[in-house]
Parts: sequence; structure tokens; C-alpha cells
Amino acid sequence: MLVYIASLALLVVAAFFRLDGFTGQPTTELTTDNLEVAFTTWDFVRVVGRSVRVAVLVTVVCFVIALPVAFFVAKVVRPWARRGLLVALLMPLWAGYLVKGYAWKAVLRPGAEFGVNKDGGFLSSVFGYTPGFGQVAVVIALSYLWLPFMILPIYAGLERLPASLLDASSDLGAKPLRTFSSVIVPNLLPSIAAGSIFTFSLSLGDYITPRIVTEGKFTMIGNLIQSYLLAPNQPLAAAFTLWPLLIIVVYLIVMKRAGAFDSL
Amino acid sequence: MRFSFLTRLTLRSWTILTLTFLYLPLGVVAVLSFNKATSLSWPPRGLTLDWWRQTWEATGPRDALVNSVKVALVASLIALVLGTLAAFGMHRYRFFGKTTLSFLFVLPIALPGIVTAIALQNTFNRRIDLGIVDFRVGFGFHSLVVAHATFCVVIAYNNVIARLRRMSPNLLEASADLGAHGSQTFRLITFPLVRSALLAGGLLAFALSFDEIVVTTFTAGSGYETLPQWIYSAIQRPNNVPQVNVVATFVMMVSIPVAWLAQRLSDGPID
Repeated sequence: MLVYIASLALLVVAAFFRLDGFTGQPTTELTTDNLEVAFTTWDFVRVVGRSVRVAVLVTVVCFVIALPVAFFVAKVVRPWARRGLLVALLMPLWAGYLVKGYAWKAVLRPGAEFGVNKDGGFLSSVFGYTPGFGQVAVVIALSYLWLPFMILPIYAGLERLPASLLDASSDLGAKPLRTFSSVIVPNLLPSIAAGSIFTFSLSLGDYITPRIVTEGKFTMIGNLIQSYLLAPNQPLAAAFTLWPLLIIVVYLIVMKRAGAFDSL
Repeated sequence: MRFSFLTRLTLRSWTILTLTFLYLPLGVVAVLSFNKATSLSWPPRGLTLDWWRQTWEATGPRDALVNSVKVALVASLIALVLGTLAAFGMHRYRFFGKTTLSFLFVLPIALPGIVTAIALQNTFNRRIDLGIVDFRVGFGFHSLVVAHATFCVVIAYNNVIARLRRMSPNLLEASADLGAHGSQTFRLITFPLVRSALLAGGLLAFALSFDEIVVTTFTAGSGYETLPQWIYSAIQRPNNVPQVNVVATFVMMVSIPVAWLAQRLSDGPID
């Protein structure tokens, strides 16, 4: 833990170091140039905006998929089927991160309909349509990767929700939809917030999945950091890491307000 | 609460769709690993076991597998020890800065891997002068272990503290009332109750380390390749498609049962 925190602190400091133009090595001379470049260059800010957009989309997609599924497993299905179903939903989580990114590449591979002179992947040849390798592919693959992180806290939250509460609501004359919006969702808020921490922050910083499923055509913050690290311009890369660091700390603080930490 | 037929049907269909969504890509890769053709195109052209044999005989993936297992074993053991101690400390005592510390424990999983990766790389690369000792961590097996242990600690910690929170304090009091010493209570009550959580935490930490690519890329240095690194570089070489399919299928076949076991253990009888 100490190593980790010290490393983070060093990283923040490193963002202020000046790159020696002569040797290409970072010096210990302090400067705010890197920060200025990282935070004011329009192209970079656009990449950050795109990453945040993807992270938000992934979170929304995961939520939309996870809520009915978690509800079905926690409240509708018979108890004996519950465990098995839950395990089935969570197992792909462990299939290997790269394996899953790669699997989506195989599924989404564009074929003739993209005017590419090659055989398409699964979607292309079975349904004749694939969104191809682009932003949609990134959102699909990331949602796929982090979906279990959304299902689990929502399921746990629903399990804690006493059935009597739902009965009370219907006894008082609420229609199912009303019960859903006035009783279930407010009670689930901390769980949803907890799930969204994972889907949002894991998506925000990912750079490998976008690279795999778009064959390097889609740039997110992580790709930017990596490319400057290899440039090599470590101080600038460090300055870029401040972006996700700030966004996520702010996000965590907001989610802590929503009670997410008690539901982790 | 009762649900209308339509609600049940909709929810059931939605769940089945989700399960399809979850398993379809994995199935596609598994099928393609027996495909005669050497591209990712669908449908497969003919059945063959050649790729499995070829990959089994290749040294690249096998060395990488051995490296991965070594790192994951050592890292998860370290993480387990540190995470358990931290969980016991956080659970039992109240102290200044406790909320902050619990916040910090979430940070390594909430922060993007690349931030952690660069932070650690930066530190390992630097000369650390503590006055008495002056050293540079450098890169290789040891740096990977330290890096992996850093994020595995969180998993171990979370598993153990979740179990401790579920444990009724009455048990400890009952044990003390019956005249047991602190160490006896630990040996006879606390430890048996957290044992399965420890095992589950260890397995999950192992799986996490085994699968990790981002932090690994930045802290392994050259000359030490883990399995994910092998897969990642092979994905980018078009002529390696069949081998990647095989390795990917292999990873699924090994890690899913391990995860299932961990799952079973962490739900062990407790309440």
C-alpha cells in the first residue's frame, strides 16, 4: 500500500519535470509546461472527452442490461435456480481479459459489407451485419468486460431489499411500474453507484481493448499515455495520467455521497 | 410480490439474451481453435486438432505460461498475507484516518491500470536513497511480483473483511466467556470461519494476477514474458491467429473452473 501511494505521489511530481530536449531524459527541473500541454491542447482534450463519453456509454449499457437480469435472478426465479444462474452470469468475468477482447474481434470482424476484401467474422456472416471496428465495437467490448461488475452489486442490493417492502408497496395500491420507480430504484441507488465505479473507471483508462477491437484506430486517454511513454516523454505521459486520476477521484467522491462504498 | 406472466416472460428472455451475449464470443473462439483456416473468419472450414498440437509443442506460450504461474503464485501469497493482516487491523481497531485508509484501499482497483502501471514503473526505475540503503528496484520477476501484489492485496483484503463483517461478534464474546485466550479464540473460532474466505481471496488474487496485462507490460522489463503478454503480442501478428485461438481457449478452460471453485468457497457456510 505504501509503495503504491508513494508511487502515485511520485507520479504526480513527475508531471512537473521538464524533459531535457538534448538527452530525452526527464530532468528534475520543475515546470508546468507538461500540464499546460496536457490540459489545454484541444486535440488532447477531445480524446479525454471521447474517453469519458465511452465510459459513460459503457456504464449506461451495463446498467440497462444488468438491472432486469439482476432483478430476475434475485426476485423472480425460484431459489434453487438462483445460485446456478448467478454463477453462470459471473463466470465469463474470469475467462481472461485479452481473451474476451480478442473474442469480440472475432465476432465483430468486418466482411464484405464494409467493402473489405476478406471474410467477415461471426456477426457479418451469420447476420450479414456488423458494427465493424469503431466506437460501437469499443463500447460493446468494454460493456461485455465489465458487465458482471454491475450485475453483482445490483443483485446484492436487491437481495437485501425485503420482499415485504415490495408487498407493502403493492398493498398500498402501487402499480408494478410505480413500485419499481419509487421503491426499488431509490433503494438500489448505492448498489448502482458501486457498480458504476467499476464500469466507469475501468472503461475510462482502458487502452488495450480499444486497440484490439479497432485494430488501433480508436484513441482513448490510455492510448495517449502509452504512446507518450514510448515516445519517450515520461513527464508528458505523467501529466496525462492526471486526467483520469482527477476524473476518477471526483467520480469516487460523488459516488461516496451516494453511499457506494458501503455496497462494494 | 407476484409478477404477471408478461413481466416474467420479458425478464426471462432478457436474461437468456444476456447469457447468450456473455457466452457467444467465448464459444466462437473455442470453435475457431479447431478451425482449419488460419483467419478469424466465420464459419470455420473443417475440423483439425493440428493447432492444439502445434501450440502444445511451441516453446513461446509454454514458457510464458510457466512465468505467469510463478508470478501469480508468489504475488497472491504476499497479497494474501498483507491483505489479511490489513483486514484484521481495519476490522478490529478504530483509529485516526480509518475512512481515508479504506478509501485508499479501493484506489488501486478504481484507478485505470495504466496509471498504476506508470506510477510503479516510475518508482522501480528510480534510484531510491533512504540514507542507510540506496537501491533501484529494476525490472524482472521481482518487480512483477511487487506490482502484482499491490493490486492483489485489495482483492484479498476485500474478501477477508467482507467475511469478518458478516461474522457475528457474539461468537468471539462467547468464546471469551467460556474462558478462551485471545490466541485460542483465533485458532478455534476466527480462523476456521475465515479460512474459506482466505482461500477464495487467494484464488481470486491468483486469477487476477494471471490475467493482468497493463501493469505487467510496464513493470516486467524486457526478457520476462507472461502469458497475457504473449497473447497480446501474438494478437497483433496476423499469422499467429490459430495459436492465439488455442491459447485463448486454454485460458478459458483453466480459469473458469478455478473461478467457480473460488465462488463456491467464498459462499462457504457461515451464517
